Amino acid sequence: MYDSKKLKEIEQSEAAWAEKTQKVLDKRPERKQRFQTLSGIPLERAYTPLSAPDCDYMRDLGFPGSYPYTRGVQPTMYRGRFWTMRQYAGFASAEASNKRYKYLLEQGQTGLSVAFDLPTQIGYDSDHPMARGEVGKVGVAIDSLGDLEALFDGIPLDRVSTSMTINAPAAILLAMYVQTAAKQGVGAEKLQGTIQNDILKEYAARGTYIFPPGPSMRIITDTFAFCSQHIPKWNTISISGYHIREAGSTAVQEVAFTLANGIAYVEAALQAGLKVDDFAPRLSFFFNAHLDFFEEVAKFRAARRLWARIMKERFDAKLPKSLMLRFHTQTAGCSLTAQQPQNNIVRVTLQALSAVLGGTQSLHTNSMDEAFSLPSEEAVQIALRTQQVIAYESGVANTVDPLGGSFYLERLTNEIEARAQAYIDQIDKKGGAVAAIEQGYIQKEIQESAYTHQKAVEAGEEIVVGLNRFREEEAPPKNLLRVDPAVRESQVTKLKKLKAERDNIAVASAMKALKKCAQGNDNLMPSIMEAVSRYATLGEICDTLREVFGEYRPVSTL
Amino acid sequence: MTKKKIRVLAAKPGLDGHDRGIKVICYALRDAGMEVIYTGLRQTPEQIVRAAIQEDVDVIAMSVLSGAHDYLFPRVMELLEEAGAADMLVIGGGIIPEEDIPYLKEIGIRAIFGPGTPTSDIVRFIQENVSE
Repeated sequence: MYDSKKLKEIEQSEAAWAEKTQKVLDKRPERKQRFQTLSGIPLERAYTPLSAPDCDYMRDLGFPGSYPYTRGVQPTMYRGRFWTMRQYAGFASAEASNKRYKYLLEQGQTGLSVAFDLPTQIGYDSDHPMARGEVGKVGVAIDSLGDLEALFDGIPLDRVSTSMTINAPAAILLAMYVQTAAKQGVGAEKLQGTIQNDILKEYAARGTYIFPPGPSMRIITDTFAFCSQHIPKWNTISISGYHIREAGSTAVQEVAFTLANGIAYVEAALQAGLKVDDFAPRLSFFFNAHLDFFEEVAKFRAARRLWARIMKERFDAKLPKSLMLRFHTQTAGCSLTAQQPQNNIVRVTLQALSAVLGGTQSLHTNSMDEAFSLPSEEAVQIALRTQQVIAYESGVANTVDPLGGSFYLERLTNEIEARAQAYIDQIDKKGGAVAAIEQGYIQKEIQESAYTHQKAVEAGEEIVVGLNRFREEEAPPKNLLRVDPAVRESQVTKLKKLKAERDNIAVASAMKALKKCAQGNDNLMPSIMEAVSRYATLGEICDTLREVFGEYRPVSTL
Repeated sequence: MTKKKIRVLAAKPGLDGHDRGIKVICYALRDAGMEVIYTGLRQTPEQIVRAAIQEDVDVIAMSVLSGAHDYLFPRVMELLEEAGAADMLVIGGGIIPEEDIPYLKEIGIRAIFGPGTPTSDIVRFIQENVSE
C-alpha cells in the first residue's frame, strides 16, 4: 500500500525511534520482558506501515461485501440493520421456556436461540435411566412434537428467526420445527433460523455425540440436501469454534479447527453428490468472543478472509454467498468469574464490542451470574441491554469495519490467518478433520492449551481481576435460577399420556420405514418428518437410528 | 521406603460434556506425582463406583457442570456405601450452587471446588486427606 521510497523513510525513522526508546528503557523498563496476545502471538512495541509492507488493499481487504470479505459480508453492515440480538435460553419445561422467550422478545430481543437439555441433545427421552438428574437442567426438555408446539406457542414463526443448539439429533428437531410452523400455517419456505448440526466439534470439544462419524456426516449432508429444496432460508449448520475455545483452545486453534471442520463438511457434501453452490450459501459459523480485544477482532476478520479463499480456491465455489463466512458470536463463558460477578458485565461488554467490530451477524451476551447457574431474568436483561447500548449509544455501528487499516489489527489479522492455515495444512496431512479427531489430535491440542493457560493463571502470569489479583471477601450470590426437579416427573407423565393417545400403529410403521431408510442410502429427512408427525418420540427415533448406525466410542486422550 | 503413589479416579458422571476442568485437573494431579485414571464422559454412578473399586483408587474426583450433581453425587455416595467403600475420599467440582454444599458434605463428599479454584488447592487437599 506504500511506495518503497516512503517505506524506506519510515524504516530510517524507526531506527532513530528505537534508539531514543532504548534510553527510556534504560531508565524505566517495560512491565514485562515479552508481550503477547492471549493466544501467545508475540507483540511488537508499536506497529507501523512496515508491519505489513506487502499488504495489497484490494487483494487482502477489499470493500465490505466484496471478496475476500475481510471487512464484512455486507456492503452496509450495521448501517443497514444491527446484528441480531439473540440470547441463548431454555430451561425446565417447554411452557417455562416459552414464557422466557416471550419476555426476551418483549425486551427487544430480535431472534430466538433454543437451549435444549442434555437428554434431548443426546437423544434420550426424559424417562430414560441416563436422563436421571439432567431433565430440564441446561435447557428445555423436548420429547416429542407436542413439546415443540408448546415451546413456540403464540410465537409467530414466520416473523422470528430461531437458532437451535442441537447437533446429533438436529434433523429430528428441524422436522419438529417445520411441523410446528405448518400447524401455525407457516410454510417451510418462509422459515428462518439455524440448526447447529455440527457433530465434529461435539467429538472434539462439546460431547453431545450419538452416532459414529460416518452416519453422522450422512445425516448432516441429508439435511443440506433437504433444506436446499424445501427450506431455502434455513442455515443448515453452524460450524462452531465457540465450544472449541471454551474447551481451552487458543484463538488461532479456534479458527483453524473450525474451518478444518468446515472443509470436512463441504467435502462430505460433495461426495454425497451435492453441488457446492447449492449448499455452501447456507453454511454458517459460530465463534467465541474472548478477552484479548484486538486479537478477537482480528480473528473474526481472518476467519472471514480464510474461508472465502478456501471456498474459492479449494472448492471452486462461484456464488458470492458461497464464499461468505456469516457467523454468530457468544461471549466467552469460560472468562466469567464466580468471584465479584458484577465484573463480568464489563468483561462481556468488551467481548461483545470485539464481536461487533469484527462484523458478527448475531450475538449472545453472557449474563453476569453464569459462573453459578443458568441466568436469572435480571441478569439476562443487563446482558441484552449491553448489546443495545453498544448498538444505539456507542456509535461503533455507524461505519463499516472502523478498525480496518490499523497497522496492529491488520498485522494481527495476517498472523492469525497464516497460523490457522498452517494448522489446516497439518490436519490435511492427517487425512482431514474427521481423521484428526479420531486420532485424538484436535482434542490433545485443545486440552494442552487449556492446561498451559491454567498454569499461567496459577503462576500469576495471567491476571484475572478478582481471582488472582484484587480479591475481596464476599457473600455468595442470591436470586439464582433453579430448575424445579419436578420437571422430570411431569415430562414422564406427558410421555405416558402421549404413548397412550397417539396412533401407535402409525408410529410403528413410521419407525419401520425409518429403519429401512437408514439401512439404505436415501435421504433420511422424509422418514424423520413422517415419524415426527406421528408423534414418535425423540428417543424412539434415535434408538431406531442407533440400531442401524451404532454409537460413537470416543478415543482416550489422557 | 518409597511412598505409594496416590491413585485418583477422575470422573464425569451424567451427560455433561464440559471436560476442560477435569482434564486440567488430571494434568495437574499427574504433575503432582499422582496416578490418575480418567473415566471419560457419560459415566453412570454404577460405572464410577465399579471403576473406583476395580482400580483400587484412593480418591474419586467428580466434575458436573450441568446441575445434575443433585442426583448424581448422592447416588455415587449411596453406591459406595453399599459396596462397603464409604471411607473413600470423594471430592466434587463444577457449577455447584453454594446452598447445595452443606448437604453434599453431610452425605460424605469431603470438598467441593468451584470455578476459579487453583489446581494446587486440590492437590494439597488430596495429599492432606488421603488416609495413609
